Amino acid sequence: MKQIGREIPRLEARAKVSGRAEYTHNLRLPGMLYGKIFRSTVPHGRIRGIDTKAAQAHPGVHGVVTGEDIRKLIAEPYYGPAFHDQPILALDKVRYVGEPVAAVLASDPHVAEEAAQLIAAQYDELPAVYDEIAAVQPEVLVHDVLRPAGTFADLKHLQGRKGTNVALDYHLRRGDADKAFAAAARVIEHTFKTQQCLHLPFEPHVAIAEPDGDRLTIHTSNQTPSFVRIEIARLFGWPENRVRVKVPYLGGGYGAKVYVKVEALAAALAMLVRRPVKIALTMEEQFYTITKHPTTFRIKSGVDKDGRVVARACEVYWNGGAYADIGPRVTQKSGFTAAGPYDIDNVSIDSYALYTNRTPAGALRGFGVPQLVWAYESHTDLIARELGIDAVEFRRKNILRDGRPQASGTVLKDAAIGAVLDALAARIGWNAPFDPGSGTLRRGRGIAVGFKASISPTTSVAVVNISADGSVYLYKSTVDMGQGSDTAFAQIVGEVLDVRAEDVRVVAPDTDVTPYDMGTLGSRSLFHMGNAVRLAAEDARAKLRALAIEAGLPPGTNYPAAEIFKKRYGMQAGNVIGMASFVPNYTPPDAQTGLSDNVTPFWMVGGAAVEVEVDTETGRVRILRLINAADCGKPVNPAVARTQLSGAAVMQLGFTLSEAMQLDGGQVTNASLADYKIPGIGDIPPMETEFVAAEQHSGPFGAKGLGETGTFGVSPAIANAIHDAVGVRIMELPITAEAVLRGLRAKAGRPLEDE
Amino acid sequence: MSMRTINFSLNGEPVSAAIEPHRNLVELLQRYGLFGARESCGQGLCGCCTVLVDNNAVSGCLYFAVWVDGKSVTTVEHLDAGGALSHVQQAFVACGAFQCGFCTPGFVLMTHQLLKHYPDPSDEDIRHYLAGNLCRCAAYPEIVEAVKRAAKTAPTRTGLPR
Repeated sequence: MKQIGREIPRLEARAKVSGRAEYTHNLRLPGMLYGKIFRSTVPHGRIRGIDTKAAQAHPGVHGVVTGEDIRKLIAEPYYGPAFHDQPILALDKVRYVGEPVAAVLASDPHVAEEAAQLIAAQYDELPAVYDEIAAVQPEVLVHDVLRPAGTFADLKHLQGRKGTNVALDYHLRRGDADKAFAAAARVIEHTFKTQQCLHLPFEPHVAIAEPDGDRLTIHTSNQTPSFVRIEIARLFGWPENRVRVKVPYLGGGYGAKVYVKVEALAAALAMLVRRPVKIALTMEEQFYTITKHPTTFRIKSGVDKDGRVVARACEVYWNGGAYADIGPRVTQKSGFTAAGPYDIDNVSIDSYALYTNRTPAGALRGFGVPQLVWAYESHTDLIARELGIDAVEFRRKNILRDGRPQASGTVLKDAAIGAVLDALAARIGWNAPFDPGSGTLRRGRGIAVGFKASISPTTSVAVVNISADGSVYLYKSTVDMGQGSDTAFAQIVGEVLDVRAEDVRVVAPDTDVTPYDMGTLGSRSLFHMGNAVRLAAEDARAKLRALAIEAGLPPGTNYPAAEIFKKRYGMQAGNVIGMASFVPNYTPPDAQTGLSDNVTPFWMVGGAAVEVEVDTETGRVRILRLINAADCGKPVNPAVARTQLSGAAVMQLGFTLSEAMQLDGGQVTNASLADYKIPGIGDIPPMETEFVAAEQHSGPFGAKGLGETGTFGVSPAIANAIHDAVGVRIMELPITAEAVLRGLRAKAGRPLEDE
Repeated sequence: MSMRTINFSLNGEPVSAAIEPHRNLVELLQRYGLFGARESCGQGLCGCCTVLVDNNAVSGCLYFAVWVDGKSVTTVEHLDAGGALSHVQQAFVACGAFQCGFCTPGFVLMTHQLLKHYPDPSDEDIRHYLAGNLCRCAAYPEIVEAVKRAAKTAPTRTGLPR
């Protein structure tokens, strides 16, 4: 029976609807202590002293630990995927409000929490910088010296750099943009901004570190078990096999749980007290852990007399907060797509990762691409308006098609950008008559398309085990955080080995058992791990056939696996182990030009078309229709894929209309679900989702990743629709009713006073 | 801190517990190995901690454990005690009405309650009734579909939970 394309429920569906699915949140170990964190109250300052006496003396407290205590255990207690810049607990300096400064241990979490409030720290406050543009000037230095990790070879030149907040600058030069601008019929320039917002998985970050002699087991809600193992082993100076990382289901991730978050603190505390230690953040603490980059994007296009974009210059500033996390990768990996999915001969891109005194920013469902699409698709719409060309027609004229080089120089393949645009235009009836409303309720429509490269270089390893009765196991370190990867992989294994997907046992990530994987991030699993899983299953199939021949069975016959094992071993015994790694080809971008002839193994393509109604008296925007179209290749499980796409679109809807972290003097002032508004069931507009006919030829059975694709077009499509409805252009996210009302009043010559 | 002894019915069984007055209902349930009610936002806004007390949904993170003294407590784990998933759970599976699953027990319990009051709910009824449950994965379209499917497949149109 064919397994690919089946819309089976997720393998863990029953466990999830009955409340029995395993999460790290649930786990408790004998003798376990809870660690609660005392956090910085100043945005930038030198630590003068930390008074822990009252906390130590609090009844029920097992101990209080500061950064200096950790420094006795680990000489260089700094971690991070791109830079080793983040101390496990603050050392010497604090760099943002909410930074962990000390931890209290107690067997009752309430006691630890109470005692943490008895800690007092003194700081010599330093001037702080919050804005990404201000941070370009080195007046306030968040870090005295840059400390790139060894992980990425292309960051080596930044080692020891001083006197700057620029963690990474990426530059792309294609053709001759200056010359093309000079020759262009029109040059149009805009600046767009995005806000700081965050992931907020409902299972906040949680990890338990469990010492066992000279080994350490870390149970964690994390998207990158292999990385956690390597990073924790590095901190302790251990071989990888002394650290075991186990990951059950995740109560959401969205990029919040990539690389090390609370694991290093749990590990250090556990090794100090030689007992299991659980660190479980609250919803509020997520606001002090990891966020999405605020950005400023200056974009300029030169257009010829026929409406062809002949040059584009992009300057993107990424506000990375106090620690780099994966921001430098966002800056480069997303940076090279900043000119959008258009066929432009002359492109210059400058993309900068900045340190500031804010909560760190990292990867959030799109790895920077939603911020870029917001800018280039708003800009594209404005150009079309200025030229008096229909917005869809203008895009069609300039769109990048298969066989043409993208800005990086990599030739586009299996990227159905034109088909996505056509599907959106057809579904919303772009050319049909449209009722623009009347009186105080005005209607408009907008469209936007975006694309994203997959991550590279990258490695995935999978093992498929056929046991003696023919039942099948899959071992992989991909984390199922709700995207349905376990189910999709079971379908791939089932397809190759001709078993029902429901009967494949998919083993949860456990680095003592499951092989290496770079991480569950960037929509990479279905393509990268999916390819490894397919190859491992094919390897197992080939080995089973070899075993049949060894057992004296005639080649080409189709004996059941159980009979082959029985014949070979004389009883129900033995295993066949299929193994494969998948490492796609990749050419790193040239250090000077930023160009590469093979920058990504595949492209994600998605877009949105929306219809809005704007209340001109209040500025309130109602979404009447939200259409998503995407190139997902051939979906393995269309039902699960559809939920992924619409879920991503709704998340981006929140980032578009309501979500924003508010800062006052560096302090987050809305760190709760009461004050930070995420979409609820009443906020969901009528939605339609369409997969365009496509195939990723290098993907497993034609599939490719799609976890982020639904985010791409949402924000600019809404801004474009608002412009269509009332002639007001919003340049900065989120698009609140106030922002729209201000625009309406300014347009009417009666601007609202500033706050 | 001083303990108080409370007696209550937990998923149909009489139980007694000694507990400090500051513990909430989620913490109490964890002592019985019941983790389907989860504290997430800690403010009674997300619905992940939904528990039925005397057949009324409460936010377990805001509900003191001692308040269940003399009452009947039902958790999501009770819904398939007979071996089969409830019609609501079956509908959530069939419609794929979740992703990470962390908020799902709350939605499932609230849907049971919703169908008690609105046996044949409109979209508007569903959106209004489930406004206190949030899903960060945003499986909302599938949840609405699942509620409607559950309404059609309800074994009886009275009584809750089965």
